[in-house]
Amino acid sequence: MSAGRFYASELRLVLLRRRNLLLLAVTAVFPLLIGIALRLAAPRPEGGDGGSGLAFFNQLAGNGVFLTFIALSTLLVLVLPVVVAVVAGDSVAGEAGYGTLRYLLAVPAGRTRLLAVKYGVIVTFALCATFIVSAVALAAGAALFPVGPVTLLSGTTVSLAAGLLRLLFVTLYVTAAMAALGAIGLAISTLTEHAIGAIATLMILVVTSEVIDNVPQLHAAGPYLPTHWWLSFDSLLRVPVDTSTLLRGLLSFAVYAVLFGSFAWARFTSADVTS
Amino acid sequence: MTAISTSGLTKRFRGGQLAVDRIDLAVPLGSVYGFLGPNGSGKTTTIRMLLGLAYPTSGTASLLGVPMPDGATTVLHRVGSLVEGPAFYPFLAGADNLARYDAADRTADPATARARITEALDRVGLLAAAKKRYRHYSLGMKQRLAIAAGLLRPRELIILDEPTNGLDPQGTREVRALIRQIAADGTTVFVSSHLLAEVEQICTHVGVMRTGKLVFQGSLPELRRTGASRVSVQTADPEAAAKVLTGLGLADAQATEAGDAQAGDAQAGDAQAGASAILGDASPEQVCAELVQAGIGVRGFAVVSPSLEDLFVGLTGEGFDVSG
Repeated sequence: MSAGRFYASELRLVLLRRRNLLLLAVTAVFPLLIGIALRLAAPRPEGGDGGSGLAFFNQLAGNGVFLTFIALSTLLVLVLPVVVAVVAGDSVAGEAGYGTLRYLLAVPAGRTRLLAVKYGVIVTFALCATFIVSAVALAAGAALFPVGPVTLLSGTTVSLAAGLLRLLFVTLYVTAAMAALGAIGLAISTLTEHAIGAIATLMILVVTSEVIDNVPQLHAAGPYLPTHWWLSFDSLLRVPVDTSTLLRGLLSFAVYAVLFGSFAWARFTSADVTS
Repeated sequence: MTAISTSGLTKRFRGGQLAVDRIDLAVPLGSVYGFLGPNGSGKTTTIRMLLGLAYPTSGTASLLGVPMPDGATTVLHRVGSLVEGPAFYPFLAGADNLARYDAADRTADPATARARITEALDRVGLLAAAKKRYRHYSLGMKQRLAIAAGLLRPRELIILDEPTNGLDPQGTREVRALIRQIAADGTTVFVSSHLLAEVEQICTHVGVMRTGKLVFQGSLPELRRTGASRVSVQTADPEAAAKVLTGLGLADAQATEAGDAQAGDAQAGDAQAGASAILGDASPEQVCAELVQAGIGVRGFAVVSPSLEDLFVGLTGEGFDVSG
């Protein structure tokens, strides 16, 4: 009950900030722009050089639902991580910067409880951003392209309802990926009172991970990188579903979330608040 | 039970600097305790440890009988605080800022939140600015909003760290009146300051810090007693008067010629010839009678206690010698 009130207050604080609203607006505009751009470009029936991203593009001409997968995979490169990084990096460091952290703790909010509420709101915000991308992309896809039974990447065709159910799972998978990123951001946020520093550090981490993941010589490190499994949601678009890849992805997210969540907790409950 | 008690409370920063050195605070319930000391003497670090924001290197502390920092979540809702200046969300209005802190308090009743916020704002005279964004508040308003946050619930103890910092004389007076009012409700007030004059009028007890050590603790009368009172006689014959005072066994008898006072002395204008000595255990009535009997023409007679300011400076050293 009282934890609910604190959570609601935290969520309001995050959702009503103009900066965060702007970020959500940007995530909503991107799928729209992608849809319009693809509608204007002539469809290329013979496909390209392969790769999951391009596989989606080939399907789009036949079904607007695929705009959601295109939008998610495009925005996962930079836009969604930025949105999550801003809120996660700001979570504790921002309070420290304002000096409100010492007053929250003197209230007393409780250090563990404060951290739990912060992480809850980060995950909620990531969920909002991801679902906004899917929802806007679905609406734009339906408006700009034909919609019907969905032909999956494995060539099997399923009903529209089954396709949308898969879209729901894809969106939840991406949310899980962003929730893991949020835990890393929360941990970094407990180390500083400069929110912008925490946000930048997290983004550098994401880009570095993505770069390493694309260097063939560092192939062995791939599966352990925080960003490696983000795009594996395409496993959900095959029959049968590639569950082993999906589970390895989810395991990676869980390990990162637990590891960095524990680090954030250990640090935050033992450090002096000097801001 | 005491409102605040610490035993050997010590804080050594990571750099090795000893910020607070084995202090034993005892703040009686119902008192208004002035926590005095120059800037950098360890007052704020002590307050941070009392509130569980910083962890002591060694020693213990308790608030209202509950050990800190372990009891933070069970006792702090009975304690209001202002630590190192006000801090709020600049993009929120005053009332919304208070609502934010209230929402973080798991023991606060959400049903009464609105009424309590209105009442707290009213008490500090900010009701008219309740909907104004914090970023547009003046310094005095910010300070008062911070005090309002401390008054969101009935508190048994209020800890105010430099509550008049940066305020103009008018604002200082307002805060002082507010503290008196809070104390009148039976709340124990622990107020830190680097200016004795600021708290002298409202405190019942004082603790004096110097370079991390508690160099004095006690009631105001006790602090006064640490300074020696002097008898002072105004007379046309200072030398003779001084001799009589010495003859009575009083220490440090001095004669002062008219106009002898140093330039710049506040009382230079009315410096008069006379003599003075440390009163000690002698009775002033007796001293006066002896002077008259010795044929000294006594124009004026007074027992002068050193000002608290003098005692305070004696304990903490003159300004600008922030050590450590």
